Amino acid sequence: MNDFRLNINGTEFPIRAPGDETLLSVLRNRLHLTGTKYGCGEGQCGACTVLIDGTATRSCLTIAASVGGAKIITIEGLESHGSLSPVQQAFLDEESFQCGYCTSGMILSTTSLLREHSHPTDQQIIEAMDGNICRCGTYPRIVAAIKRAAQLQEKGGANHAS
Amino acid sequence: MPADELIREVAQHEIQERIQWFQLDRRDFLRLCGGGLLVLLDGRSAVAQEAGRGSRGHELPKEVSAWVHIGADDKITVFTGKVEIGQNIRTSLAQLVAEELRVPVASITMVMGDTDLTPWDMGTFGSRSTPTMGPQLRTMALTARQMLIEAAAQRWKVDPSVLAAADGRVSNLKNGQSLTYGEITRGEKLTQSVSGDPPLTPASAWKVAGAALPKAGGRDFVTGRHQYPSDITRPGMMFGKVLRPGGFNATLASLDTSAAEKLPATKIVHDGDFVGVVAEDASTAEQAVSQIKAKWNVPPAQISNRELFEYLRSHPEGEKGSSSTNASVMQALASAELKLEQHYTVQYIAHAPLEPRAAVAEWNGDRLTVWTGTQRPFGVRDELAEAFRIPATKVRVIMPDMGSGYGGKHTGECAIEAARLAKAVGKPVSVVWTREEEFTWAYFRPAGWIEIRSGARRDGTLVAWQHHNYNSGPSGIDTPYNVSSKDVQFHPTKSPLRQGSYRGLAATANHFARECHMDELACSVGMDPLEFRLKNLTDPRLHAVLETAAKQFGWGRTKSSSGHGFGIAGGVEKGGYVATCVEVEVNPAAKQVKIRRVVEAWESGAIVNPNGLRNQQMGAVVQAIGGALFEAVQFKDGRILNPHFAEYRVPRFSDMPEIEIVLIDRKDLPSAGAGETGIVGLAPAVSNAIFAATGTRLRDMPMVLA
Repeated sequence: MNDFRLNINGTEFPIRAPGDETLLSVLRNRLHLTGTKYGCGEGQCGACTVLIDGTATRSCLTIAASVGGAKIITIEGLESHGSLSPVQQAFLDEESFQCGYCTSGMILSTTSLLREHSHPTDQQIIEAMDGNICRCGTYPRIVAAIKRAAQLQEKGGANHAS
Repeated sequence: MPADELIREVAQHEIQERIQWFQLDRRDFLRLCGGGLLVLLDGRSAVAQEAGRGSRGHELPKEVSAWVHIGADDKITVFTGKVEIGQNIRTSLAQLVAEELRVPVASITMVMGDTDLTPWDMGTFGSRSTPTMGPQLRTMALTARQMLIEAAAQRWKVDPSVLAAADGRVSNLKNGQSLTYGEITRGEKLTQSVSGDPPLTPASAWKVAGAALPKAGGRDFVTGRHQYPSDITRPGMMFGKVLRPGGFNATLASLDTSAAEKLPATKIVHDGDFVGVVAEDASTAEQAVSQIKAKWNVPPAQISNRELFEYLRSHPEGEKGSSSTNASVMQALASAELKLEQHYTVQYIAHAPLEPRAAVAEWNGDRLTVWTGTQRPFGVRDELAEAFRIPATKVRVIMPDMGSGYGGKHTGECAIEAARLAKAVGKPVSVVWTREEEFTWAYFRPAGWIEIRSGARRDGTLVAWQHHNYNSGPSGIDTPYNVSSKDVQFHPTKSPLRQGSYRGLAATANHFARECHMDELACSVGMDPLEFRLKNLTDPRLHAVLETAAKQFGWGRTKSSSGHGFGIAGGVEKGGYVATCVEVEVNPAAKQVKIRRVVEAWESGAIVNPNGLRNQQMGAVVQAIGGALFEAVQFKDGRILNPHFAEYRVPRFSDMPEIEIVLIDRKDLPSAGAGETGIVGLAPAVSNAIFAATGTRLRDMPMVLA
């Protein structure tokens, strides 16, 4: 067992976990931040995506103890004072989900994409999102939500998650 | 789908259901609900068994299938054994209740899929929720509305005809006096069971039903608050893992758990060929199971993909598996001006729901509670009761809205594993399958071999049709085209892999074979594929979707050319009518097929929620791309060779064509289920488009260019 600290959604958490435990396991099983999902454990589906220093990262392939100095944002950390982030709002507006299990990962991947490209092209969307699986097949609505989120961010109507 | 067909479909697979009746006394139920108004649906008797006020202490009717309760606080609670798995039934059923009860949809809470709280239900599959549960709930809601009006009339001593119900209130149209539903039920215990066919609000007059309302609880999905089965935690909960055999049909030869036992607070559970571990945290449980040294005897030389179709054709299951000859069809085939004979295949495919199987089990004395993701909570309850030899009344299964199923979560393996481990440690235990477990130890959509022989006149009239399906199933097997002589048979066979339900079941395979074959016939008589279909079709609903899709697509406006093709296919199953047009780009040198554009026309009677329906049909088209172009379970000698998303390719963003869904709203027709049939049109349309682009017919799913 190792002792370390993680900065998650702006809060420092003391963690005691085996040295090789994944960030996904720490989030879900130790901190009960269950919005981050297990889909494959192999970095192939994107359900476990979180932001590490702003960049979309697969928490299932990230050793928790290795990101002690980083700022980690999970789906639970996107709202600000009770209002949804532009990406969350856009996913809700477009209803870009069916069972919703992929939605957290999709929203965090989108958040990272829009940080890099405020108005992504279709090709940029595909490149950034192709590692995220929606088995219900909601992709076209997710693309619509990404474009809507870009507009919402430009208007600055909703809060900006870092 | 007729009941006998449903039973046949169910019986073909692993599902064996014993009917169990709900035992709760009506007085207990009202006590639980704190008084108010309770309407039960009695599907058996032709007349209401009991009317009017007061609990008379009778047991619930034995065929109660759902109930609706209105509390003094104006809260309306609907109880149904159906479950929400992403198909949006939680929203659309609430809309139907709100419509008949004349209340805002937000005032309704749906309690679903909890075996202690909801009436028995066979399960959520077969596109049955909308056509069966929908009318049942509407009937109860209407009855509740009539009872409220009656109760208000008695209180005010007026004739019910001067009263009207709207927006959760009963009002006197003459003097404006009004009471909320809750006020009417306050201090009362109104119960009634209903049956028969009361005059439901026609779809043409719907205000809440039929509207494009958003999915219930949408905000919880974008904030991560929604609790899926794999998110459930219980006080003191531990984490379990199960040691998997080295292959199918394996037996345990030797076991060494000494290394695993040394890990902190870890318990090994060994019982026959079942070996599991429980630890205080998930990563220790994973570590423990990986440190177990086990030798398995795996039977050698098990069937692989290579021998699959030969195996299916030569291993009939029971008497129904053998083929019977139909002399008149043979004669019609022999004397036809044009003859065609082809075979088509589909591989085993995996459901691969993004949330794998998951369960949390908790024992309290001899009572077992399990939270798990399943389309059949009552079926899983019975599996648990049987596994632990306890009465079903001691088992409660709770189904939190789960991360999808597509027909893949009918069974209770994970629930049983969690309960077995929880029993061993005396604490709640969570088991979540890995992706590899899900790809290996779940069940698959059946593989199938289909033979079609057909005959036509030179003018394009179909005269003979023979369609024999081996193993994949009878769904969608009957042809909707007019043909004077036909012989359609399903032959159950033994299956090398464990197989079960899947979205649309065999309707995908049967439509693939039939709609490809129709295209081949059209080609041999020199007719346009759409024209050929319409010539042999009288069903006006299938006509309508084909013509709608073709019009929206611009069918015939551009001719297919080398490397660029257009294809069309249509069909009907489970009351849903679909037609799909696709445009493909084919690069034979790179063996690449890219679907550029899809137009799907869909009709399933009166639309309950066009927003949810559109989402679902879009999803069906997307999911169909996988089975059409790349999904196949690879297996050899009792092992799955591609049990990861890296090797088992599912549709991704980069595979997306431009997709247009055209919904036809038939308010004059009852609403059919829409979860499945939308998947059947894509694969044959793609095959036909590939032929148009290349002159090559691909008759095997997934379609891979040689």
